[in-house]
Amino acid sequence: MLATRVFRLVGKRALSTSICLRGGHGVAKVEDYTLPAYFDRRESPLPDIKFVQQLSPEQKSLKEKEKGSWAVLSKEEKIALYRISFKESFAEMDKGSGEWKSVVAGIFFFIGFTGLVVLWQRKYVYGDVPHTFDPEYKQKEVQRMLDMRINPVEGFSAKWDYENNAWKK
Amino acid sequence: MSLPKPAMRGLLAKRLRFHLPIAFALSLVAAAAFKFAVTEPRKQAYADFYKQYDAMKEFNAMKEAGVFQSVRPSGE
Repeated sequence: MLATRVFRLVGKRALSTSICLRGGHGVAKVEDYTLPAYFDRRESPLPDIKFVQQLSPEQKSLKEKEKGSWAVLSKEEKIALYRISFKESFAEMDKGSGEWKSVVAGIFFFIGFTGLVVLWQRKYVYGDVPHTFDPEYKQKEVQRMLDMRINPVEGFSAKWDYENNAWKK
Repeated sequence: MSLPKPAMRGLLAKRLRFHLPIAFALSLVAAAAFKFAVTEPRKQAYADFYKQYDAMKEFNAMKEAGVFQSVRPSGE
């Protein structure tokens, strides 16, 4: 019983008007972030406070009507009461945004920028490749691999025609 | 506002009942495809290679090319 009373107070944000006494020295300012907050989240469907805190006169009268029988409430009134307590419906809060397009665009942009950086590096930072990359050296390498019969069944040497000394057609 | 009560239990079982046979079938298909597209041709290629393989001929060709350390080409 006492707990429900406390929850009703919390629901009306009465804590904002409550006073924290600090041992006779004064009143502690209650920060906004320490008070219960409203948030739309699928996993905790009932937030600590109602969405609308300051009710307009029509909303106040609607709240009074809510205390009576709910069967007499019209559809618009029920929806209005829902909107007082909640900001977005589940369908609205689950709806995806178009944010992924910005994310993908950013990804492509920065990959492109990185490509430019790599090109610059290739030209201005890296030194020469080793002599083993020279065409003549590579030719000698290939000849040695063929002489050793590297992968003669399905791989490298299998594609060389040893009779005619040329690559197989 | 009288929606039918949604299914509360057996959700995983229902999903598995549908997806497990498909998963098994696809796995078997993948294995069969790999067997007949990769392993059988490869076995055949090796069989064909060694049917006409003359080891001494290949050895002498490699020896003359100079790739061995233990036996040098006949010229040297």
